Amino acid sequence: MKAKTLMLGAAAAFAMAPAAMAERGSDGHVNIIYWQAPSILNPYLSSGTKDIESASLVIEPLGRYDPNGALVPYLAEEIPTVANGGVSEDLKSITWKIKSGLVWSDGTPVTATDAKFTADYCMHPEGGCAQLAKFEGVESVEVIDDLTVKVNFSEAKPNPYGPFMGGQSPIIQAAQFADCLGAKAPECTDANFNPIGTGPFVVDEFKTNDVISLSANPNYRDAAKPAFATVTFKGGGDATAAGRAVLETGEFDYAWNLQLAPDVLAKMAEGGKGTPIAAFGSLVERLEMNMTNPSPDLDADTRATVAAPHPFLSDINVRKALSMAIDRNLLVEIGYGQAGRPTCNLVPGPAVYASDNTDCLTQDIAGANALLDEAGWVKGADGVRAKDGVRISILYQTSTNAVRQDFQALIKQWWSEIGVETELRNLNASVFFGGDPGSPDTFQKFYADVEMYANNFDGTDPQAYLSMYRCGNEPKPSSQWQGENINRFCDPAYDALIDELGQTSDLEKRYELSKKMNDMLTKDSFTILPLVDRGRVSAHANSLGGVILNTWDSELWNIADWHRVN
Amino acid sequence: MLTFTIRRLILAVPTLLFISLVIFLLLELAPGDPMAQVPLTVPPEVKEKMRLALGLGEPMHIRFWKWLVQFFWVEPQVLFDHYFGTAYAEGKLRVISWQTRSPVMDVVVERLPQTLWVVGMSYVVGILIAIPIGIYSAYRQYSVFDQAGTFITMIGYSIPPFFTGPLVIVIFSVQLGWFPFIYDTTHVVNDWDSFVYQLRQMIMPVMVLAMQTTAQISRYMRASMLDNLNQDYVRTARAKGLSERVVVVVHVLRNSMIPVVTVIALGLPAIFGGAIITEQVFSVNGIGAQLIGAIQANDLPTVQTLTFMFAFLIVFFNLIADVLYGILDPRIRYD
Amino acid sequence: MTDTTNTEPTKPHRSQWADVWDQLKAHKGAMAGGVIFIVIVLGVFIGPWLWPYDATFIDIRARNQGPSFAHPFGTDQLGRDTLARMMAGGQTSIAVGLTAMLLALSLGSFVGITAGFFKRLDGPLMRLTDLFLALPILPLLLVMMLLFRDPLSSAVGPERGIFILIVIAIGITSWMPTARIVRGDVLALKEREFILAARSIGTSNSNMIKRHILPNVLSPIMVSATLGIANAIITESALSFLGLGFPPDFPTWGRLLNDATQYLQDYPERVFWPGLAISLTVLSVNYLGDGLRDALDPRIRGR
Repeated sequence: MKAKTLMLGAAAAFAMAPAAMAERGSDGHVNIIYWQAPSILNPYLSSGTKDIESASLVIEPLGRYDPNGALVPYLAEEIPTVANGGVSEDLKSITWKIKSGLVWSDGTPVTATDAKFTADYCMHPEGGCAQLAKFEGVESVEVIDDLTVKVNFSEAKPNPYGPFMGGQSPIIQAAQFADCLGAKAPECTDANFNPIGTGPFVVDEFKTNDVISLSANPNYRDAAKPAFATVTFKGGGDATAAGRAVLETGEFDYAWNLQLAPDVLAKMAEGGKGTPIAAFGSLVERLEMNMTNPSPDLDADTRATVAAPHPFLSDINVRKALSMAIDRNLLVEIGYGQAGRPTCNLVPGPAVYASDNTDCLTQDIAGANALLDEAGWVKGADGVRAKDGVRISILYQTSTNAVRQDFQALIKQWWSEIGVETELRNLNASVFFGGDPGSPDTFQKFYADVEMYANNFDGTDPQAYLSMYRCGNEPKPSSQWQGENINRFCDPAYDALIDELGQTSDLEKRYELSKKMNDMLTKDSFTILPLVDRGRVSAHANSLGGVILNTWDSELWNIADWHRVN
Repeated sequence: MLTFTIRRLILAVPTLLFISLVIFLLLELAPGDPMAQVPLTVPPEVKEKMRLALGLGEPMHIRFWKWLVQFFWVEPQVLFDHYFGTAYAEGKLRVISWQTRSPVMDVVVERLPQTLWVVGMSYVVGILIAIPIGIYSAYRQYSVFDQAGTFITMIGYSIPPFFTGPLVIVIFSVQLGWFPFIYDTTHVVNDWDSFVYQLRQMIMPVMVLAMQTTAQISRYMRASMLDNLNQDYVRTARAKGLSERVVVVVHVLRNSMIPVVTVIALGLPAIFGGAIITEQVFSVNGIGAQLIGAIQANDLPTVQTLTFMFAFLIVFFNLIADVLYGILDPRIRYD
Repeated sequence: MTDTTNTEPTKPHRSQWADVWDQLKAHKGAMAGGVIFIVIVLGVFIGPWLWPYDATFIDIRARNQGPSFAHPFGTDQLGRDTLARMMAGGQTSIAVGLTAMLLALSLGSFVGITAGFFKRLDGPLMRLTDLFLALPILPLLLVMMLLFRDPLSSAVGPERGIFILIVIAIGITSWMPTARIVRGDVLALKEREFILAARSIGTSNSNMIKRHILPNVLSPIMVSATLGIANAIITESALSFLGLGFPPDFPTWGRLLNDATQYLQDYPERVFWPGLAISLTVLSVNYLGDGLRDALDPRIRGR
């Protein structure tokens, strides 16, 4: 049934494509609903997905990622590589060539100066740019000629596709933002709400946190696109209402990120007005094991630091048993349905980077019990295992969120079957992820034995992501509890691999190294127990063609190709 | 009466200043972080820079003073400029939201229409339904109508809108397909058809909200009528041989309306506050949605400005209610 | 036979409370409301002792079941028994309702009586009341939740911390109407003859309040009390809906109703139970309040 609709959709897309080519704006109006409302159209001032994706209708980067994570040129002639000479041999610079004849929606030409200005805008020390990480390591940006821009890095950068690549780093018009540098960036409300772009649509009216009205860009580079003359981009409400509006009543044509209980979504899909579509990125819901002792009896300088190893989680058998007791398939079925798949990998995609690690997918309570028995953890009178007076009693924390609390309840039940006592705790997300060094409840401080959250990496290259688990990069008092090695994992062999990855540009070799590092963190050491590869479920009306869900870039990356299907 | 009004007006100034300070301190002490919603992929140094760019590095009293100046001095100038084309506010910093990086007051002005259409209309509808129910319930106390009215209004009062909202959506939008349920804020009413569409998109949120208003106002109306129906002047009027209709509508109703009118006046500020839950269910995106969004994003300037505006309206309408009471009921004298 | 009634000695002195009780008994709505309310309270507090399932027990094989003999109210998406969760939720909701109401009531009556009785305190206390009335309630509640939830939950445990917070938040934002009404009544009472008489025989202030003032302002206080319970239960559910109340794994009626709302089409019976419980409680308390007001009002009593 599903495969059939997919095929029909694809067939229709091919059949309709020539028709849609005919004329710009011939398909009338399209309605998009995001249940989180966009508050600004400048991705450099907000890192919210809703803002980045709504802005992608208007402003575009030099290149984007396609649904497979491959790079495709947008404003650039081609993607620069070492092979075509665009990236220097020493990996310290990248040269982009902009397509000739490109114009902004106001009719002025797009030049290399605009790209350089974009970099200056974000790298301004007082600007508070939300995408600064994209420009990390950039030493200077040079304008070579009108259509050529060169980015120099201070050291070798095997993955030079940070600046100007993907929805987070689009090119903004130098003329429009000239007076908006640095501290004045937030004052330019008109520019931030109505940026001049090269994308298929231009903003007619922007009501912040509510609705955007757009119409086709008369100067768009492909004269036949976009097929829609106008777009309404509505925000607000909740995922249930958004799903209902597309799948059941047909009021809207496209709904983003339907985080709904699986059976609720399935029921809505029976409404027959639209189709849910799913795609997977790199977002993984995982359990993090604390390798250090979070006991409140320790003083503030040693608690949850490498000075105090964890009393029972430092035993790999315990960590392995905890992983074996979990039924990941059931977790997916209950919490995510179509929007998730069980995984044992920290890096679940792109496919070339994903390890073939599937051992954890079958639950094995008996095996976990046997493993613990063997390791000398024996059940006491209260049914809780202990060794040398140390009881396996776990404090398990996560952020407040209905699905996460369901997961906690289930996992607690499974762990009780292997003689592990669990205390559950959930914390307000804004505190848990808030990073306030004064609060004891942040995920960085990790004053618990196990914690659960989801994380992913930007773009398609996991280098920075895997480098987080370096010795010494853990949050600790001396670093104001900042740091990304949440588990306090430390393995010199792993650090050596991080260094090697940082100097390798050969892709095959990079895939291999990444897989090896992924396995070291997961199936070899059980430091991180991945649970669910969380995808994205969106829905489109059956009358909307050309939608290809993309999790590596903005979901609306190909809106210029969207069209009506009859 | 006049001296009373003037004295209350003067007293309102320190009260409001004190309230703004209390709100500011409450928000200051809150543990949230405006950067909490930034994805984990953004490194901490970048977040710290973003925090500084929001002005969070400055001490508390300076930020409070800045807000006071922006709200009480710059914003009125902006309003003045807008109406008279002057340029007093040129280049001055307004109250800027951390979330949208735009002036808070612009967003408020943008959202007032849908808030007033939906919440205001529900208040009017609620009152129009409640008053006859209240009158008749009291006149026929303990009759079947009274019992049924009490029963239905109390059920309406006790079922929260986060349930009634989805319920009417499922019935009227999904099953019957009569009304749209995603409120279109860009809709412009300029002819009969667009007016009909506006009615259709308003009807569900208005009904859900009106249920709460109806329950409350009809209870007050009934109680007030009951108080008056047993008074001596009613007996006198009946003894004079006036028709029952005249007794109830002219004598009792007029006197019973006094407390009800003040209750209605006291409820008016809530209209501007919007309806947080109902707005969310129907994606109306009025002021209530703005407030809850700002609270969730820890957008302190917006929360501070909005809560203060509500406080101002409440103080103002309290005063109006007291004055109204004095005008309507000659027995009451303020000294 | 008719003679005996006449020759009987005069009726023994009847206390005011016996009169009230007689009047209340005659009010059918109030009696029905009272009985239902007591049944609900007993059900949620004693029920869990008799019912074999725990509210947190997960039976993953029995999830999403309709009503059956083993689970009369069905089960939820994790296979937890809905009846057990209804009882656990009811304990919280009713406890929140009662304590928040008591807090608001004692605050309101205290401020009202003090302001009405002591002329010097009248001005400052009424300005304070105005101040609290002017503070916008829902935003204030939200800010309070944001502000104190985490310190409190780390001090006394998450559930108890939020319980205390919700009760205090609802209590201190809903005492003002009671205070205003009580003050007005006290001001009127002070001019009555029996108070003057009591004062002339040298009754102390505290005795005066205890013996003469308080009993006479009970009527408005009782009415506020009944509406207060209903309001507190609804406010708690609204806070939970906005994600600022109890955590998601902690059942209350409001949260159960909210969770069930998304399954409105698949499992309509799931919204029925919490919806019914909230409405029944609010309705029964409201009828009880109606009856109590009539019974306590000496002008209406005996009509």
